[in-house]
Amino acid sequence: MKVRVHVSLKPGVLDPQGRAVHHALEGLGFAGVQDVRVGRLIELDVADDTTDAALDEMCRRLLANMVIENYRIEKAEQV
Amino acid sequence: MAFRAAVITFPGSNCDRDMAVALEKVAGTAPLRVWHGDAALPDRLDLIALPGGFSYGDYLRSGAMAAQSPVMRAVVEAAGRGVPVLGVCNGFQVLTEAGLLPGALMRNAGQTFICRTVPLVVENAQSLFTAGYAAGQQIRIPVAHHDGNYFADADTLDRLEGEGRVAFRYVDTCNGSQRDIAGVLNMAGNVLGMMPHPERAVEDDHGGTDGRALFEAAVRQLA
Repeated sequence: MKVRVHVSLKPGVLDPQGRAVHHALEGLGFAGVQDVRVGRLIELDVADDTTDAALDEMCRRLLANMVIENYRIEKAEQV
Repeated sequence: MAFRAAVITFPGSNCDRDMAVALEKVAGTAPLRVWHGDAALPDRLDLIALPGGFSYGDYLRSGAMAAQSPVMRAVVEAAGRGVPVLGVCNGFQVLTEAGLLPGALMRNAGQTFICRTVPLVVENAQSLFTAGYAAGQQIRIPVAHHDGNYFADADTLDRLEGEGRVAFRYVDTCNGSQRDIAGVLNMAGNVLGMMPHPERAVEDDHGGTDGRALFEAAVRQLA
């Protein structure tokens, strides 16, 4: 089963990388960009019987740092 | 008894030798060297040091992979028993990722790698590691990091301050850290994580020796 984990910074956590990308987009002449947040996409290929609980635990224990990041799990049928 | 310290080396550590030299200079005995894949630590350790560097190439997040290495299970267990643990720079990142210290170290607010000697103020001069300083004393210690921007939520920051667990603060805003925090202690006071490198300030040739008192205090109290 293919699983995508989208990791993003929590709202309110300053994203210096996103800010730099935002400035660069403006420098390229793209107007109207309100905000940029840079996250991470992790693609997993896991056994079909992997439980949602196990996926959650993977995210909480390693893939995301719960102090600063949120995650969203997207499973194959939704991909 | 001779001071018995261990310096842990992860793949990508690059300040492990500096840490070992500083400990040997101050303690008079060379620390044991421990590899990240070792499942057990040497027994009867007085101190465990996690050095700076770029463990596992900073894959995923700085310190995230190292925090999962076999030796870290033993370090977490030892810290729980009260064995003193010092994490510097990447070592601090590893300690937060391993859950031994609260908060996280994010990319510097200015996006740039910062490599210079900065003034710090000693906030808590009563801990194992900081007893060689006076509260409010300013010291100069080098920093060299890209991910030193300390973040924790406001409640956690208030709790850290209320409990005297902010060990060091940057005098001038350095990397965007919340409340200019440069180093924090765990609740029991036996674990210190700090971004500045005290091991790079122990000899005159380093350009300053303000880091020496940190090691001296630990050795004096633990040996």
